[in-house]
Formats: sequence, structure tokens, C-alpha cells
Amino acid sequence: MSLLTVENLRVSFPTEQGRVEVVKGISFELGRERLGIVGESGSGKSMTGRALLRLIREPGLVTADQMNFDGIDLLTLPEKGMRSLRGARLSMVMQDPKFSLNPVMRIGDQISEVLRFHGRLNRRARRQRVLQALQSVRIQDPERVYLQYPHEVSGGMGQRIMIAMMVVLEPDLMIADEPTSALDVSVQSQVLDIMDDLVRNKGMGLILISHDLNLVARYCDRILVMFNGRIVESCIASELHQASHPYTRGLLASVPTMDERRERLPVLDRALLEGLETHD
Amino acid sequence: MIELRNLSIFYGETQVVKEVSLSIARGASFALVGESGSGKSTILKALAGQVTDWTGQIRLGDHSLEHGRDPALVRLCQMVFQDPFGSLHPRKSVDATLSEPLAIHRIGRQNERVLEAMDAVGLARKFRFRLPHQLSGGQRQRVAIARALMLNPPILLLDEPTSALDVSVQAEVLNLLKSLREDHGLTYFLVTHDLPVVSFLCDELGVLRNGELTEVTSVERLKQGNLQSEYGNELLSKSH
Ligand SMILES: Nc1ncnc2c1ncn2[C@@H]1O[C@H](COP(=O)(O)OP(=O)(O)O)[C@@H](O)[C@H]1O
Ligand SMILES: Nc1ncnc2c1ncn2[C@@H]1O[C@H](COP(=O)(O)OP(=O)(O)O)[C@@H](O)[C@H]1O
Ligand SMILES: [Mg+2]
Ligand SMILES: [Mg+2]
Repeated sequence: MSLLTVENLRVSFPTEQGRVEVVKGISFELGRERLGIVGESGSGKSMTGRALLRLIREPGLVTADQMNFDGIDLLTLPEKGMRSLRGARLSMVMQDPKFSLNPVMRIGDQISEVLRFHGRLNRRARRQRVLQALQSVRIQDPERVYLQYPHEVSGGMGQRIMIAMMVVLEPDLMIADEPTSALDVSVQSQVLDIMDDLVRNKGMGLILISHDLNLVARYCDRILVMFNGRIVESCIASELHQASHPYTRGLLASVPTMDERRERLPVLDRALLEGLETHD
Repeated sequence: MIELRNLSIFYGETQVVKEVSLSIARGASFALVGESGSGKSTILKALAGQVTDWTGQIRLGDHSLEHGRDPALVRLCQMVFQDPFGSLHPRKSVDATLSEPLAIHRIGRQNERVLEAMDAVGLARKFRFRLPHQLSGGQRQRVAIARALMLNPPILLLDEPTSALDVSVQAEVLNLLKSLREDHGLTYFLVTHDLPVVSFLCDELGVLRNGELTEVTSVERLKQGNLQSEYGNELLSKSH
């Protein structure tokens, strides 16, 4: 039984040239697995994630033939239902913790507030859950971090706190949009490992959105490759390197390797790719 | 071309770079790698004159760097940062950004020089009067590189110059950096966490750990997956 079913999802915005589609009718299914969405910036990855959570504001327009989450029809669900679904069962980790954390509220109180909003547990039990959540993202001294403000912690720590905030409600599906792109690489893998552990241990579904092919191949089971608002290829993560679409092949070829002997790196032939697009 | 002798750098009471010595030949491309917080950017900033609380010796070409403002510096080296958005003035067009160093240094033929620079970095002339937010990430990084080259410095300091870019755009910028170096005989000092980028662009690398240089090695050894120090190999194994 799939956790999420999406059929013919479209997102468009009005421009001077009329409505322009930035997501052009994509379809996919997701079980309790880790799905990666890769593609260059502007390919429509974030808009896809945001559309699922109904986070696209006017004048943006979202349509789909089907958008179903665990038996719930996301297209007809009233706003109130959507609000309680968001966070509790479906949650999103954004790129930069600085924009997502409230700067004037203690970290522990912010996480506790999430629990309160979703009406769970009394004050003391909430505090216990928050400390556990902080521990689960490998924060050594949760008691101290509980009392700190966001500006007092490093970027990597901030992102771990964001993840703690997401997992405290034990959602069924987590959408992580470039969760580590704002972080230094040495911290990136640490944060991703933590996220990966949580997803596996709690049996959550994960949609990991990233422009980094290797990263997605490492942390996902299956990969969707997006180009210009469309899914151009879908493959099992371990088989990414045998991908066949010219766009995927082009992206893979342009990444330098540890033993790089090429004088010049191949670059994408965009004219060719856009030509392919208009023919299908 | 670049020589550091017992370079130590301080932020207030804290010493973040400890007795670093190294020497980079003219025309070489050197990479400094290490974990976040190890002091890589701090060393670059000292070379660029943006951090002045240091001891030891910094020589660029045959110029010995002075503490504080050193007017000789701008002609010797220029810096390119990770985030071109942050380093370009949001209300200055490409033209204004590129003309500015010429105006400050009273250099003539501004019009031609701006166009030459745009050509050199592969930026179409139609972008000349655009603002940073009207350009893509790769185009912005080309502007930042063009600006760094306006005064023809022999040395470019590069701080994670492609980390914020898509891989396909990274490839374009890396190719550009490679050919600029060949064409102009530039010396590069690159700071990065991305070892494959080092493999493509550099011929020597230094490994920095907690402000100390643990080894300086040829990039050939990196390609063979066999650095000298234990720590260097640890970094290598962590890199995907
Ligand atoms: N408010 C908006 N109005 C018009 N176009 C938009 C708006 N927001 C995003 N877009 C466009 O939608 C496209 C897809 O964006 P996005 O999903 O954020 O890409 P990605 O996450 O893959 O980098 C981009 O070309 C972007 O410029
Ligand atoms: N302006 C500053 N004031 C005080 N400490 C700083 C400042 N900039 C960097 N540091 C500290 O100096 C150390 C080295 O930083 P940096 O050179 O930026 O490392 P890297 O570039 O290798 O990630 C870090 O511990 C960092 O926190
Ligand atoms: Mg995005
Ligand atoms: Mg740095």
C-alpha cells in the first residue's frame, strides 16, 4: 500500500507571457522508502515538495488528477485538516535553519510549542519528549541546548535542531528540501546520517530533494530526475550510474572525480536537451 | 609567488592558524583543504589583507605584505568567494561592478576593458547592464571572476568558488578557471572541501587541521588515493 500517490501534478505561475508551468504534470508513488528528487536549480523540485504540503501561495496554482496521502485526499482536504496533517504526519525540513527557527524563542520552547500545537502531552511530558528528540539528533547536552537561542548555535547544530523539531511528532513522511546545502560538507554527512537513522528506525517515508546526485544516490532507495518541470528519468539509486537519459548522463559526466584526468569537463548541451523536450 | 613563513593568525585572544609555512611557485595551482573551522578562509583573508592580526611573514611575488592596509595588494591578488550573491552589490550592474576597479585606479579604455573581461569569462555582452538578481548563479560567479581579473593580478584567491553551483554549472566555471590560468599564467590559491575539484584544478595541496598544516603533497597522490598523513587519508575516506 503506498503512502503517497501523485498523478499529473502541475504548478504554474502567472508571468508577463501568461501562465507558465514550472511543474508540468508529474506522477509518482512512494511507500515507506527513501525517494530522492534531483535536478538543477529551477527544475521544479522545491515547487513539487511545497505543492504536496499545500505551501504554494497565490498567485501560484496547483492542480493534479490525484494527490493522496495514506488514504487522505490532499486535493479536497479542508485547510484545517491540512494544518493538523502538516508537521504531525507530513513534515518538511528546509535548507536554512536560520529562516525556519524563531530567533527570539528558546530552542526547547520552540520544539515544545510544536507538541503543544498538536495537542499532545502535558508540560512535563513535553519537556521529556523534547530532550529525547534533541538526544536523538546526537546533541550531547540537551539540557543546555534546550535553553539556548538559535543564534547561539552553529549551522550544523541548527539543522539538527530543525530535524529534532520534525521528528518529535514522528511524522509518517518527511520532505527534506536541500537539508544540508547551507552547511559545510564535513557537517553535511553527519546531519544526513542522523536523518537517515531516524527514517530507518521509525519506518518513515522520506523525500530527499537535492541538486547533488551523489548525495541522493547515497541516501535514497529510488531516484527521480527532474528537468524543466518534468520527471525525465526514474531509477533505483544503486543504478543511477547506468542512467540512460541524456540529461542524467550529462549531469553525471560533469562531476569531477577523485582521479580526474580529463582536461576539460563536459558541459550540458542545453539546446539539445530542450530540443528533446519539445519532441515528446 | 606566494610564500608563508610561520604564519599565525588571531581573532582576539584565540589563535586559529598556527605557524603555517608554505611556498607556491609562480603559475602553480595550490589547494588548501580541511574540515570546516580549520582556518582555511582565515588564511585566505590574511593574504587578501582582510585579516590583519597575524605574525610571521607573507610574501606575494617580491612584495612583503604589511599589516594593516597595504595599497600594493589589490594589484597583486584578488579574491573570489563561494556565494557570488553575497559578494556582488545588489544594485550595481555588471558594467558598474567591472568598471569600478578601473575608475578607482584611474585606468583608461574602460569600455573596451569591460567588454574584454566579459568575453574572457564567457559572459554574453547582452548581460552588461543587468543586476545580480537578473543573472543565474553561474553568471554571477562569472561576474565575480571577471571583477577579480580587472586589474590583471597575477594571483587569484578562490574560496569555495563553485560550492554554491549546480554540478553542470560548476563544470563550466571550473573549465573557465582552468583556461584562464593557462592563458594568463595565473597563480591560484584555492580553498575547498571538495577533493575532486582539487583533482581537476590543482597540482599541489595542503591539508589543514585545527589551524596547523599537516602535510603538503602533490595532487597526483590524491588521484592515487594515497596521501601522506593519517589525517589526510581520513579526510579522503570521508569524501564521497
Ligand atoms: N513566485 C514565482 N513566480 C514565478 N515563477 C516562480 C515563482 N517561484 C518559483 N518560480 C519558478 O519555478 C521554477 C521552479 O522553481 P523551484 O521548484 O524552486 O526549483 P528548484 O527547487 O528545482 O531549484 C523556477 O524556474 C522558478 O524561477
Ligand atoms: N570573525 C571571526 N571572529 C572570531 N572567530 C572567527 C571569525 N571568523 C572565523 N572564526 C573562527 O576561526 C576558525 C577558523 O575559521 P575559518 O577560517 O572560517 O575556517 P574554514 O574556512 O576552514 O571553515 C573557526 O573556529 C571560526 O569559528
Ligand atoms: Mg529548490
Ligand atoms: Mg571557509
